[in-house]
Amino acid sequence: MNDNDTRLLLLNEEDNVFVLRAAVEAGETITVAGVTVQIGERIGMGHKLARRAIQPGEKVLKYGAPIGSVTRAVAIGEHVHLNNLKSDYTQTHSLEEARAANDFVEGANT
Amino acid sequence: MSALTGYPRADGRKGIRNVVAVAYLVECAHHVAREIAWPQRTQAHVIGFPGCFPNEYAQKMMERLCTHPNVGGVLLVSLGCESFNRYQLERTIRDSGRPVETLVIQRDGGTAATIARGQQWVADTLAELSGAERVPMDVSELVIGTVCGGSDGTSGISGNPAVGRAFDRFVSEGATCIFEETGELIGCENIMAARAATPELAGELHASVAKAACYYATLGFGSFAAGNADGGLTTIEEKSMGAYAKSGSSQISGLIKPGDIPPRGGLYLMDVVPDGEVRFGFPNISDNAEIVEMMASGAHMTLFVTGRGSVVGSALAPVIKVAANPVMYERLSQDMDVNAGRIMTGDATLDEIGDEIHELAVRVGAGEATKSEALGHAEFILTYKSFEPIGPACLPV
Repeated sequence: MNDNDTRLLLLNEEDNVFVLRAAVEAGETITVAGVTVQIGERIGMGHKLARRAIQPGEKVLKYGAPIGSVTRAVAIGEHVHLNNLKSDYTQTHSLEEARAANDFVEGANT
Repeated sequence: MSALTGYPRADGRKGIRNVVAVAYLVECAHHVAREIAWPQRTQAHVIGFPGCFPNEYAQKMMERLCTHPNVGGVLLVSLGCESFNRYQLERTIRDSGRPVETLVIQRDGGTAATIARGQQWVADTLAELSGAERVPMDVSELVIGTVCGGSDGTSGISGNPAVGRAFDRFVSEGATCIFEETGELIGCENIMAARAATPELAGELHASVAKAACYYATLGFGSFAAGNADGGLTTIEEKSMGAYAKSGSSQISGLIKPGDIPPRGGLYLMDVVPDGEVRFGFPNISDNAEIVEMMASGAHMTLFVTGRGSVVGSALAPVIKVAANPVMYERLSQDMDVNAGRIMTGDATLDEIGDEIHELAVRVGAGEATKSEALGHAEFILTYKSFEPIGPACLPV
């Protein structure tokens, strides 16, 4: 019943996210818990996809442990990252704004 | 089956390398130290402290590093007017039975004359050390540290838990294993404290992470770099869970601070976050600062897990590079000793990679060069910090 793409790695039964063991390209469809999900933008290896719908304020569980709280409703199969998940401890620093402001594009290791 | 060998030292420890440390005692002497070591740079490693003003932590670190088991002799390079207590450092090294010399640039005729004298001393000392014989060494005599750097979403799934398996094997064989970076254990405090040897130690482990959380809150940043987010990590507690996996599953025997030598085999957490108010900035400004602190506590080598692809090595003690990310491994295979990315692609299990790391570490202990050593990496960084001594609950008998 839990039909999942082979790239989806479940680290703990309690988790509400999967980890990608390989990248998913833009335009691909991927099966998450039997649901076919259309991928908008490329998502790299090691990133997280929602295993089920997650409500605002709900904890994200990975390794069976809370890794922060969701800031808005997340749909099944959606990329769970900086735009919808925040730390319950200290805020996360990224260069995304700096890159956007400087029109920088780079392919990384993912 | 262990082919492990080492150089016996007067304090009973054994070294897996026999290098000369060329130590500058202020940044103003760094160039002269580097020039002295350069002709012999595979065997003469530059270490030092850049600050002009005294710091107890730096003094302790330099004393520990200059008497590290992998060090066979030390040349101290002073400008002459800095505050570093070179007299005490020189005496500590001499008392350890190692050859030591202090050159003072202002006294010894300036840059060129000091470089010439220093190069001669290093050449003579290395010739002397070349006669030293390696003696059999038991795995239980090894001290092994671990760090992760350039982490991404693969680190906590492949490389870090594989190092954890290797650590479990080493601890069961009586070796000493050190994990650290309490700022990257934020969120793991409860599960970690449950592994403590005593309830009092559990309290100390809890307190060390709470101290780190408070310290980083004051700084306004977590121990989290932009590349971590690119690699799929979203929050500090997520990064922490991945980093924590390096510790394996053994009981935690104690909590140490930089420069404390673990009294016996087992698994130790190193608390690297300074005590007291925030004074000198970030606890560790880059990965090598952590490697240096574990060396000061006697680590013979470091298991370094990287997802994004760190290429660093270290002065004094070899670094084994474990690649967590298979895509990065393809690009940087010349820099990587172990491809734990095979766990991501389903081509190897955690246990297989853990065994591979264990076996490689023993070979490196017997003299095999790591990739970063062969490439000449010998990074080193030491900055201002301040610590209170650990309490009695940190090292239960």
